Parts: sequence; C-alpha cells; structure tokens
Amino acid sequence: MSGATAGEPRRALVVLAPGPLTTVQDLGRRRHSHLGVGRSGAADRGALRLANRLLANPEDAACLEVTLGGLKVRAAGDLLVALTGAPCPATVTSPDGRMRGVGHASVEHLPDGATLRLGVPPRGLRTYLAVRGGIDVPEVLGSRATDLLSGLGPARPAAGSVLPVGPAPAAFPAADLAPVPEPESGLLMLDVIPGPRHDWFTPGALAALCAEPYEVTPHSDRVGMRLRGPRLERARDGELPSEGMVLGALQVPPSGQPTLFLADHPVTGGYPVIAVVRDHHVDRAAQARPGQQVRFRLADGHRFH
Amino acid sequence: MNARLHRCGEHAVLVELGRLEEVVALYDALAADTPPGIVDLVPAARTLLVRFEPPTRHAEVESAVLAARPAGGRRVTTEEVVIPVLYDGDDLADVARLTGLTEREVAAAHTQTPWTVAFCGFAPGFGYMIGGDPRLAVPRRTESRVRVPTGAVALAGEFSGVYPRESPGGWQLIGRTETVVWDIAADPPALLRPGVRVRFAEALP
Repeated sequence: MSGATAGEPRRALVVLAPGPLTTVQDLGRRRHSHLGVGRSGAADRGALRLANRLLANPEDAACLEVTLGGLKVRAAGDLLVALTGAPCPATVTSPDGRMRGVGHASVEHLPDGATLRLGVPPRGLRTYLAVRGGIDVPEVLGSRATDLLSGLGPARPAAGSVLPVGPAPAAFPAADLAPVPEPESGLLMLDVIPGPRHDWFTPGALAALCAEPYEVTPHSDRVGMRLRGPRLERARDGELPSEGMVLGALQVPPSGQPTLFLADHPVTGGYPVIAVVRDHHVDRAAQARPGQQVRFRLADGHRFH
Repeated sequence: MNARLHRCGEHAVLVELGRLEEVVALYDALAADTPPGIVDLVPAARTLLVRFEPPTRHAEVESAVLAARPAGGRRVTTEEVVIPVLYDGDDLADVARLTGLTEREVAAAHTQTPWTVAFCGFAPGFGYMIGGDPRLAVPRRTESRVRVPTGAVALAGEFSGVYPRESPGGWQLIGRTETVVWDIAADPPALLRPGVRVRFAEALP
C-alpha cells in the first residue's frame, strides 16, 4: 500500500514517551456489532476529523489520541503534523537543538529527526496528533482503533514503538490554521434525547437529570464517564434483559448515578438507558475532566412527559 | 410480529419484541436484506438495536423494520459446526447438583440437543446459544470469576457459551474445548455468529 518510491526513507513516528495514556484511533469499526465487537475510535471524533482535514488526509485516517499530554515522539522522515482537541503546550526540537512552539489546530512541519513534546493541556482531556499520510499500523476488522474494553486493535504505543506513516494523499492542505473554540473548563451543557428506557424511571427522573449538574468522577475512561449527582429513581423493579447500547447512552445502574457511554462502551448492557446524549455533544463530553461539572438539557423538540 | 419501537438517540432504533425467537427472525430478515443506511444490527435477548447513519432518518428505519418479513421459525442460515468438549469444568459438580442430573448426564444432555447462536455480546465472538436441553437451565454463579480460561464451555440461564478468550466471567463452567471460536485473522473472525447451529461432542481426555 506504500506509495513511496524505492530508496525513500520509511516515514514513521518513533515514540520516546507515551504519557499517561496514548492510543491509536480512527473513526472505529462498523458492521461488526452482531459479533460483539464495538465501534471504538476517537473519543472526540470531531477533533480527529479536523486534524485529518487540516492535513488533507481522509477524515478517518488513524491518529494518536493523547490523554493529558506527556507524549514525546521523534520524526523519521519529514512529516507534516497537526494537533487538535485539548490544546496543550507543544514544542519541536530540531536535530540541531533549536526549539520552537507548535500552534494548535495548525499545519506544522516536523523535520526528519525532530522531536515533538506535548505538555499537559490546561483545559480538556484528549489531544489528537495527526500526521499527513495517517498512522499506518495494520487494520483489525477494518479499523486501526484500539478498543480498551475488548482489547481489539493495535497495542498501546510505548517508549520505542515505531508507528509507520502512510503515503501522503494526493490533495494538499488548503489551510494553515483552523479557528476552533477552546474546550470549556466550567459547566458543560450536554443535550439529551429521552429514552429508550425513560419509562423505567419515575416521572420526575428526567427532570431531575436535567435540573442540577453532575460531576465527572475519576472513575471515567474511554468506556464511560461515571457521574455523581441527583439520584435517578427507578419506577420498576426487576432486571432488564441485556440490550444493545449506543454511544452517548446514559445508563443507570441500581445506584441511580448515571454512566455516560463513550467510544469503547460495551455492545450490550443490562441497565436501563434513561436518555442519550446527542452525537456532537458526546465529543464535548469526551473532553470533560474528572471534577468538571456537566449539565444535561433536553434537546429541541423533546419534552419531559 | 408484535414490535415496540423506541428511538435511541439520534441514530438508532431499539426494536422490542416479545420473545427471543422473534428477535432472531427479525435479525435474519434484516441481515439478509439490509435496508440502505443501516450500519449495525445488535440482536439481544428481547431486542434488536438498529443503528443507522445520516442522511437516513428514524422514520425510514422504522418503516423498514415494520415492513420486514421475518420467516417464521426457519432460519436462513444452515451452517453447522461441531465443537468437541472435554467435560471436566470446575462447576460441573454444581451444575449436576442444581439440575438433579449426574455429571455424565449433564454432558449427555449438552451434546444430545443442537444449539443455535441467538446473538453475540459480552466480548467479541461470545455467542449466546439457545435451544438446548431445558433441564440444563441454571443460574449464574453467585460470584464471578476474575479469570475464565479461553475455550471454557459454560451455562447460564437458558444459554450455553464458549469463552473466546481469557476474561472475567460468571457463568457455570462445565468443560473446555480447543476449538478456536474467535480469530481476528479469519473472515469472519467469529465462529459462533447469530444463526450458526452448534453441536457439542464429547472429547476424550
């Protein structure tokens, strides 16, 4: 699949330090749910798409999803890169020792042998590092996404990992910079659509969900965000036979405290889902940090009863 | 078909049916002839989740679901696999006690009736099989195991299953198989897909 001519150096990102959690992600796997395989993919899909668009990559090219910074990589071959998602302080050190800062959501040249370091983002949680040509590790079931729940997909990059870069696409980057809003650091508003199981809760539960903020607890990861706030009371006892789950589902276990399902959510689940966060707001939720507050609001056209 | 349709966020419809057999029939009908825009079907015990992508809309998917003509009873797929099992599982004695059978009778009951994969879940390639001897219905273990080995053959409720890889698990373990049920290098990667018929056969140690 390489478009490189013979003799050209193999282009790659060499991982020097992965930070707390770095994974390879794209837009995930489709058409395998019936085999128990979840979608996975970038937690903030909009950010991954933007990074790829900046580099004229296909929107679903594989990138690195970097949680709370800390990533250090060296370029093998001349590369063009872009950082999106949570803005973090980033520097490039050239082989001759010169250092410069790297802009957010902009097209940056990473010359052969240069090192890129990402600091901790002051706001937001997940930064995306895209490279022109995409990260070219082998696909698993049609995707290069790492699913941390099922273990499918490429291994987590570690110090010493060499991540090959694919051939550059025919198109050239059209813009040097994309103006993007900063991730919100205060209260995050998330639109929800009631159901499919809001009838398993008391009539006031949906209103309670939307009345006061919930706090993002530290027990949050790519599978889901556990929230703490108003307790959602069930109107029915009994077990719900396991059923298919969607991205953004607010699943409510017996504790009454909802979990918001993110990219690596289980394919099926046995607790009722009171409401589902709208797709583009799932991206925003994926940037919420532990301790941050989120507040739900009914999406336009929906009512409490 | 007596179906209740629930919208599930912006891009899915949850179809609630009365019985697992209806889920299987509707899944078969939609899998055999998938309406445009539908990207994933997730059958489960009483429901079928239908996931779609824009520009397809809820109403189009709901019409397509209601227009589907599930074949009553007969499955479209006729693929059958034989899985040799060594019946020496850690919960075999408990299962015998719970069912009132001897350990030998548990093995015999498990092998004598063909099973069918109704749906997958829990882990990639974990097929929930139904249709077995009703005497084998047992509850899950009261405590889950942290580690169930790859190839463990197990029972829970009306279902039988084979653990595709080492994982935690709460089902009753009755035996083990060397048959590989999940291989990402294979196409399809799962041996136990919805609709596949399974016959267990007793393997000798």
